[in-house]
This record gives sequence, structure tokens and C-alpha cells, in this order.
Amino acid sequence: MAKTDIGPPDYKTMLPPVIQRNYGKWRYHEILKPGVLMHIAESGEALYTIRAGSPRLISTDHIREICDMADKYCDGYLRFTSRHNIEFLLDDKDKVEPLIAELATRNYPVGGTGHAISNIVHTQGWVHCHTPATDASGPVKALMDEIYDYFVTATLPNHVRIALACCLNMCGAVHCSDIAILGIHRTVPIPDNARVPNVCEIPSTVASCPTGAIRGDMKNKTVTVNPEKCMYCGNCYTVCPAMPIADPENDGISIWVGGKVSNARSAPKFSKLAIPFLPNNPPRWPEVVDAVKNIIEVYANHARKHERVGEWIERVGWERFFTLTGIPFTDKHIDDFDMATETFRTSTQFKWG
Amino acid sequence: MAESKTPLLDELETGKWPSFVKEMKQAAEKNPMARDLLDQLELSYKDKIGHWKHGGIVGVKGYGSGVIGRYSDRPDLFPNVQAFHTLRVNHPTGWFYKTDALRNLCDVWDKHGSGLTNMHGSTGDAILLGTRTEHLQSCFDDLSDAGFDLGGSGSALRTPSACVGPGRCEWACIDSLDVCYNITMSYQDKIHRPMFPYKFKIKVAACSNDCVASIARSDLSIIGTWKGDIQIDQNEVLAYAPTIDIQKEVCDLCPTRCMEWNGKELKIYNEDCNRCMHCINLMPKALRPGKEKGATILIGGKAPILQGALLSWVIVPFMKLEPPYTELKDLIERIQDWWDENAKSRERLGELIKRLGMRVFLRAVGLPAVPQMVKAPRTNPYVFFWPEEIKKEVK
Repeated sequence: MAKTDIGPPDYKTMLPPVIQRNYGKWRYHEILKPGVLMHIAESGEALYTIRAGSPRLISTDHIREICDMADKYCDGYLRFTSRHNIEFLLDDKDKVEPLIAELATRNYPVGGTGHAISNIVHTQGWVHCHTPATDASGPVKALMDEIYDYFVTATLPNHVRIALACCLNMCGAVHCSDIAILGIHRTVPIPDNARVPNVCEIPSTVASCPTGAIRGDMKNKTVTVNPEKCMYCGNCYTVCPAMPIADPENDGISIWVGGKVSNARSAPKFSKLAIPFLPNNPPRWPEVVDAVKNIIEVYANHARKHERVGEWIERVGWERFFTLTGIPFTDKHIDDFDMATETFRTSTQFKWG
Repeated sequence: MAESKTPLLDELETGKWPSFVKEMKQAAEKNPMARDLLDQLELSYKDKIGHWKHGGIVGVKGYGSGVIGRYSDRPDLFPNVQAFHTLRVNHPTGWFYKTDALRNLCDVWDKHGSGLTNMHGSTGDAILLGTRTEHLQSCFDDLSDAGFDLGGSGSALRTPSACVGPGRCEWACIDSLDVCYNITMSYQDKIHRPMFPYKFKIKVAACSNDCVASIARSDLSIIGTWKGDIQIDQNEVLAYAPTIDIQKEVCDLCPTRCMEWNGKELKIYNEDCNRCMHCINLMPKALRPGKEKGATILIGGKAPILQGALLSWVIVPFMKLEPPYTELKDLIERIQDWWDENAKSRERLGELIKRLGMRVFLRAVGLPAVPQMVKAPRTNPYVFFWPEEIKKEVK
């Protein structure tokens, strides 16, 4: 019987010797070029980090290839970042350029540092989720192909954090991103009254609904959904596979902008709705890619140095954001949930757009 | 040449960004589960719809967490992914790996699963993507022998995560890696055996740049900060002057306007500083956090489900964090006990506080009200007083 509750391997056994020697005693760092960091310790020792992009969904063979390179250049040490990048950690400056050269021959993008677009945090999508309103890996790949240059350079006013969640349950928690791509369902789940009695437990199906939109129909041993209350989260489908929510013609993607989590300059903030709906158009989601690229380009042309997307929009005003980007403003942009009135304008101070 | 079975996905093999389709095809060459996964995904691209069902409790002996059950809704077409469950493997804190450990993980997964992974999932775990029910226990046994354990899922403490912290960052105000590892090891039971009203997430960021998004993504956010003056090396400030417009890029963007620059010397009015990190981010060689270091503790952060997204709220402006972190862990336990006792099923901590009131929460967990907790005092006159604060009428 295997041991339980041993916890993860102790991180201290995974740290390269240069980090063990200088743990907690780092003095400063410089970005030598996109994707290459140099951290100098109080001891004077240097740690070089080479950051490379990854599709996140990777095979064991790919991981072994990463290991081969880490063995060859980094004495077998590496880490991953909170945005799915791979970081090679080394203390020998002479190995930096050869490693970058080998990464180039194997088509690993090196970058994602400083005023760049780093990797897109994302969820499972059609690859492995049961309630997705879109795919995750596909739109991410299509978009990163188009904005690749922003990853390998650092020419933007500040970094732009993009995240994608394939439904509003948001296991990717995209709600504080500079640009969030969010899959949405727009139609209620339809109980299959022939199957519900056989495959679903009525009380647990009723209880699974966060908004109380599902009622039991005991006479027919099924359930009904109140379309006024349902907000399309798909939680009921989790417990009752006989009430599918996916709707190929009506599922799609919404775009949100201006969030951040860092406290630098302005406080952390939520992303706000920019585009309520774009269609799912696999395999390359051209409408989504164009919309995100447009927002990035308008931001790049109008924001001041160090302004994040949200800081730029707050300076120029949302009314100007819609003018500059050419994104139509609709009744869907005006909140009608819980704290809606907090977002209504209560002054005569606004711009003409 | 035989016609491709995956014409839509094939289009995602082109382009400069590394392709997940190539990864899936690589795995599919030697693994029938990965092959069927690829073909099922192609069908999703054609139908614009997912083909997975949730359902059925699957797991390993002694645990209620760590395995996500997944079944194909087209087992007739894709029998090798009829059952295709995910294992969440608790990552080494800070996502640091030695290659031998990673290779062990790969060997275990090639033996028992699809050979496909996410490095890493949203909560931080290494995700082993898809295996059959009968492989789960033997896979876990081999993982355990290789020194790995499962992470959290369901209504449990989810795998805590931390930024790189003192491992590489000069801005680290707390040992985020050690705090996270200590919490993870102390609460193995809460991670592996779901017994809460809903999920509970803890993330540790060593400074307010918050590289793990703790303020947005965790019920309990631990964010490093300091008291006292920002440490200045005036010579290094001067050395930045040729490359940075210190007046425009540093002083003018300071949110509290607490800095003055006369071309020779940078003056900081520290009593006005809110420790946002902007100036330190721009001039790491010249400016360093103050010497008295600790953490701000915030609670309630979450994504929208159910009552809308929340950012975490300050509940302890400053806490010293040194091993064995007794004060922190006592607080975590008081908070979880109160939540466990009062929450409805599927009610996150932030939502419970919204329902019952911060005032009630603070008294229950024994924290004093301080101005750092609010952006502004209340504007409505609907004030509740405690019974002992009201004079009783004497008759």
C-alpha cells in the first residue's frame, strides 16, 4: 500500500545550488534582453533565467526534451511560471547563448519578460472539460501565432496579461486580466425528459443550481428550468448529464478588458466587458483573434509608458475606449446584476467619445 | 497519401507559437488514449461542442480529492477515452523541478495514462490528463513511490501556491515558498479529504506585485509587505537617470506623489507611501523594500460563481511571518471553523462574509476593526450596535 499524505516533494531539494547559496539574498535584477533575466545576489553571484513559451498541454516526450536541455545547460534544474512558461535556470553565463540557440532550433519562443505579452493563462476547453462554451488551447494557439512578436519583444507601454476561460465557472479566474477571453453559453440547459428519470437524481440536480432556477417535476420524474433565473453556468449538467447546456450555434466568446492583480500604481481591478459575443469559429477563431489584436494595437498606440490597459482606459475614459477601438457599445455593457448601480455615471463629467 | 483524420486540428500545427496539436499527435503515436482524445477533439472542432461528461465518483483509496472524473459522450466512436480521468499532482512549491523528478513523473504517466499533461493547471497542480478508472490506484501508488502526492479538488483546501519569492526575487518580503510548503504539509488532510462547504484557496505572494494573483484568485491571500522607509541607494538612483526619466516615469506615476527628484537626489516621504512597488519595480538596484518585513492578510477573493467576482479584503494589515507560522495558522483555522459552521453548501468565504457582515466575522475570529480594512467608512446610517453597547432601560 502506497504512502498517503506525503505532500509534494520538498521544493528545497529542487532548487539549483546557486539559488540554495543565495536564497533570500538577491540584490537586484536586469532584463538582459527579452526572455533573459539576470539576478545578482549580495554575494555577487549571478543567476540567469531563460524564459520560453509553452503550449501548456504537453506530452511526456516534450517534458523529456525540456529535461534534456536542462541537463545539458542547467545541471538539471528548471522551473515553470504561473503563466505556464518554462524557465531554464543557470549560473554559467557562457551557456546562456548556446541554450538560446538550441531553443531556437527547436522552435521554442524565448521572451515573455518586461513590457511584453506573456503566455496566455487558460483552461481545458473541449480537450477535457464537461461545460465548455468554447475550446481553450485552440483560440490560445491561434491568438499567440498572431501576437507572437509581442512575446519575443518588449515594446508595449507595459505588460499585457491575457487569460482565457472556457466558461463562466472560470477555473482560469480570468476576471482580473488586461484582456480576458471568456467562453459563454447563452441558452438554458434542456432536460431530456426521457433520460432524466434514469440517469439523474432529482434532489441533487435541483440543489446543484446556484440560482435556484431548477425545480423538480416529481410527477414526471424530471426537472424544469426557469429561463429567468438561469445564467448558463452548466453546474446542473455536472450532476445530471441528461440536461446538456452546450449549443453550437449560440455558444461563443466574450472579451473583457482592463483588469490587473498587481498593486503597482493603481489598485488591483476587475476586467470589464468590451465585446459581449463573438462566434466560435474553429480552428482559428478569426473574429476573436482580430478583436484582441485590435485592442492591443489601439492600446499600444495610445497608452503612455507604464500604463496598463485598465490604467490607460481609466485615464482616457471608457467612452473614448469605445470610440478609439471602434467597438460598439450595447445595452449588454450596462450592468444589471447585484451592484449594478455602482457603475452608473453620477456626474456630468464625461467625454463625447 | 492517406487523408488526415484531423483536417481542422492540422491547421493548428502551423504558425510560430508551439502547437498543442503537435503534442497530442506525438502522444498519439504510442498511446491509444491520446489517439482517441485527438480524434474526439477533431469532432468537437467540427460540431463546435464539447464531448465530455462529468459524473461518477472516482478516486484513490483514502482520498476524496485529487481525481476529476471524466467520460466521453461518444464512447461508441472513441472507446479508449470512454473513461478519461484527470489526476491533479501537487507541484513542488514555486514550480521548481530537478529533471530526475520530472522524468519520474513522465515514466509513471506513460505507464498508467495518456502521456499528456498540463504543466500546469490553473490552481498550480501538475495535471496528468486522462486515464482509465482501473489505472487510478496503481498510478497513485507509483506516484507516491516517486515522491509525489495528489492535490486538492472539490470542497477541499485546494493546492496552495506561491510566487518564486526568495528563490529568485529581490523584492520578496516574506519566504513565500516556505510559508506555502509549510501550509501544504500541515493541511494534507484538508487537501485530500473534502470536508468544507466549498473550495478554499490559499496563495502566497512575496510582494504586492502579486505574481500568483493571490488577491484575485484565493479565499485567503497572503501578500508580503514592509513597514518603515524604502531603502535608497542614491548613487544607484543617479545611475538610472540616463535610462529612466525619474521625474516622469517614477515620481509622476507614484500614486501617492510621495517622491521628489531634483536631478541629484531622490526624496521619499515614506509616511505617504502605500507600498505599491512601482518605483522599486523600475529601479531595483536603487530602491529596496523597508527592513521590517511581514505580510498583509486578505480574504474573500474568488471568480464570479456564484454571487459575482470578489477581490480579497484586508483583514490583517501586517503580520510577521516566521516559522512555524503559528499566528497565521491559528488565524486560518479560526476562519475555516467559522466558515464551516456558518456557510451554506457551495458558499465561498467571501460570500458568507457578504451575507453575515464583516463586523460579525471580525468578532467571531477575534480581529480588531482598523481603518486599513476599508477604502472609506460606510455612507448609510443603518448601523448595528452590539447589545452591550446599548444602555439598558432601568425600570
